[in-house]
Amino acid sequence: MTVAKPLPHDAATLHVTGAARYVDDIPTPADTLHLAFGQSTIAHGTVTAMDLSAIRAAPDVVAVLIAEDLPGANDVSPSAHDEPLLATGEVHYVGQPLFIVIARSHLAARRAARMGKIVYDERAAILSLDDALAANNRFEDGPRIYRRGDPDHAMGLAAQTLGGAIEIGGQEHFYLEGQSALALPQEGGDMVVHSSSQHPTEIQHKVAEALNIPMHAVRVEVRRMGGGFGGKESQGNALAVACAVAAQKTGRPCKMRYDRDDDFMITGKRHDFRITYRAGLDDQGRIIALDLTQLCRCGWAQDLSLPVADRAMLHADNAYWLPNVRITSHRLKTNTQSATAFRGFGGPQGMVGIERVLDHIAHQLGQDPLETRRQNFYGATGNGLTTPYGMEVRDFILPDLIDRLVETSDYTARRAQIADWNADHPVLKKGIALTPVKFGISFTLTHLNQAGALVHIYQDGSVHLNHGGTEMGQGLFQKVAQVAADRFGLETSAIKITATDTGKVPNTSATAASSGSDLNGMAVKVACDTIRDRIAAHLAELHQTTPDQVQFADAQVIIGDHAIPWAEAVQTAYMARISLSATGFYKTPDIVWDRIKGQGRPFYYFAYGAAVTEVVIDTLTGENRILRTDILHDAGASLNPALDIGQVEGGYVQGAGWLTMEELVWDDKGALKTHAPSTYKIPACSDQPEIFNVALWDQANREETIYRSKAVGEPPLMLGISAFLALSDAIAACGPGYPALDAPATPERILDAVNRVRL
Amino acid sequence: MTIEINNQPYDLPDDARISLLDFMRERLELFGSKKGCNQGACGACTVLVDGERILSCLALAAQYDGRSVTTIEGVANGDELHPLQALFVENEGMQCGYCTPGQIMSGIALKSELERGAPSNVSADLTVAPRMSRDEIKERLSGNLCRCGAHNGIIDAVAAYVGGEEQ
Ligand code: FES
Ligand code: FES
Repeated sequence: MTVAKPLPHDAATLHVTGAARYVDDIPTPADTLHLAFGQSTIAHGTVTAMDLSAIRAAPDVVAVLIAEDLPGANDVSPSAHDEPLLATGEVHYVGQPLFIVIARSHLAARRAARMGKIVYDERAAILSLDDALAANNRFEDGPRIYRRGDPDHAMGLAAQTLGGAIEIGGQEHFYLEGQSALALPQEGGDMVVHSSSQHPTEIQHKVAEALNIPMHAVRVEVRRMGGGFGGKESQGNALAVACAVAAQKTGRPCKMRYDRDDDFMITGKRHDFRITYRAGLDDQGRIIALDLTQLCRCGWAQDLSLPVADRAMLHADNAYWLPNVRITSHRLKTNTQSATAFRGFGGPQGMVGIERVLDHIAHQLGQDPLETRRQNFYGATGNGLTTPYGMEVRDFILPDLIDRLVETSDYTARRAQIADWNADHPVLKKGIALTPVKFGISFTLTHLNQAGALVHIYQDGSVHLNHGGTEMGQGLFQKVAQVAADRFGLETSAIKITATDTGKVPNTSATAASSGSDLNGMAVKVACDTIRDRIAAHLAELHQTTPDQVQFADAQVIIGDHAIPWAEAVQTAYMARISLSATGFYKTPDIVWDRIKGQGRPFYYFAYGAAVTEVVIDTLTGENRILRTDILHDAGASLNPALDIGQVEGGYVQGAGWLTMEELVWDDKGALKTHAPSTYKIPACSDQPEIFNVALWDQANREETIYRSKAVGEPPLMLGISAFLALSDAIAACGPGYPALDAPATPERILDAVNRVRL
Repeated sequence: MTIEINNQPYDLPDDARISLLDFMRERLELFGSKKGCNQGACGACTVLVDGERILSCLALAAQYDGRSVTTIEGVANGDELHPLQALFVENEGMQCGYCTPGQIMSGIALKSELERGAPSNVSADLTVAPRMSRDEIKERLSGNLCRCGAHNGIIDAVAAYVGGEEQ
């Protein structure tokens, strides 16, 4: 068995020797040209004049392209065709691409891109949620509303009610490898594109539209990304299309890489939200009515905002039974970068909202928040098991999982110790929080839940593996190779993992929604089994037995009591003219979803987890740190525990970073001021908790997923909510008020909250 | 004007404004050192100059006339990995791998800094050589960002390499 083994990342040796190639590391022909965008310096208005003569005259500049020069569609939107590659008159945010500079070097292109003389007729910009709401500037005709029961009536019956609001900031992906693309023109007008993209098929699609050629004339290859996190689901389109257009115009290879500041200024980020809530409780502190409103700042283009906002609504319950609930979601349009996919895809914001409500209730009742959570869980005494959108929660393992985590983390005793410690320490205060995660797995756009694979076996027995998923560090390639190796009874070293390539597997979905291993693992299994069955049938016939008597294990094929080496079996099949190549296809069963009604089974299953975080704050400065983290996370029957634990740790760190230190600041003209690592702080080694225990909850998925594993890419991000609520708990130790902490909980916000609770 | 990179002499570029990182990546096709920010804030471009770590994106190639540079491509002994490289594989010190070359170069330099007794921000007593501890290692690695959050594996790998007293 190669599955379930803790094998290292497939390219580990290449990474440690610096030999792993990313797009920017592909040696390019000497005549390669380099691109940079000229960008809007205002947030909203029209371009009345554009004088680019200084750019054309600048050293090493070959050409400048504006919207009118584009041969085909001027659109890089993944959804609504509302996102021109180059602005056509109207500009919508500071940083929006206006023109493309093509030059002999990256530096020359960037330098010249600043020399344009652009005259604008500036208009008022809509920047904030309040501005957008007041102006009714939104996507879709009005808010989406999901409702169950009668929240207004139930609110009237409540023993007590409470309400509040939380601001949740956005997040820059800060994939360490910035966006990049390389286009290589081919004979007959064909184009080959190397792109740092989670969605090669979409790159192919957008390039074909832009060049006005069929998709079959475009081949996109992605070997790996230096991080994606959702930021390379749609945001790579602009670079790839620009390169392809420039390559077609000049007949030369064209490459584009965003400088880090440009990457921050141009690309979309996690949506920031404001969530307001009003909850009605029965006399035991259970939620009997909840009215939630989610304001979601989408930026200037639709991009993936609708499914992101939908997913926020679908996670507004997290782990809790809400008998009477209304969730109202406003998708607001602003003159800022187009907010986009980011690990969790709206789920994290939805979950922060409800976890905040539970925390607030516990504070009002003077309860241990864990007790409040437990009595509101799905399936707790008197509680149902159906989500507000009508999906049955069939394997609600959180109570057991949390019992185990409470025990291993010593939660109860530590909570008491912290209370004692706080009583003795006037300046420093500690806090602790345990929060659960229930995250729905599947694309909510049902048709995206499909995947393909291509497997070849060569005459010498070596195996070539290809599928539609992309590798961005999550370990997908290794996990899927483990599946292939297992089907053939081989070691993973016998499997060649190859770059994602639209010429090998067509019409793929983005590697997103945590679906990579679920979908591609299954498609690969199908392809491998097709070939395996052919070999088995042939050998069974030769040995006068039935195919079910043929086994593949330990690099051998065993037919009854006869064993032959794998390579020999392959050779025999080849000589008998058996096809040793197959495609595989998989689509997730049983999912149905009506996003307008908000009803159905959007998810094949849920992934669970819980985290306990302990923090300390300095009440004089707001400075803070995480002291200890304990996590128990459900990866089903893990395909690779080492890689899965890596995802859990990394997800937690990224989630905690989002909610505690990563702060995006736009000025009142709509310019992003935190556009580099010098002003945008992400977690570093020195921020790592002193104690950090991570374990997997080892229990098979009840649904028939690949080897009964569960998806693990996104769910752990939301474990970071425990860090945020631990900070809130520490602040609550300073006085009687409720902290009502906003995210990110920067030292300034912590200090404000400390002063608030003391009043 | 020559520079030695991984024991190979190269002529320095005529253009004095080219950074050491661009010189290596764009002229010599030494792609192992990565460009994460090009402004000295992420550590992906870390290389050694005569054994000391520097950020090659902030250094002009011409400054290093006559000096000896070691990059990630130069630390293994033929097919045999450097001990820290092997420890990164063993401890899962990576996900996407983009920060890995810089982390390893920092880890190698960090060990000699500690051995030399150079203090850091978290060294309690500046009058004596710092004790090797996880805190020292975390602090000294904090200039090498890892967005994937592979910190635990990275710290474990470097701690095992540095050895000494564990807290
Ligand atoms: S690339 Fe040199 S520090 Fe980031
Ligand atoms: S492994 Fe991806 S940035 Fe460190």
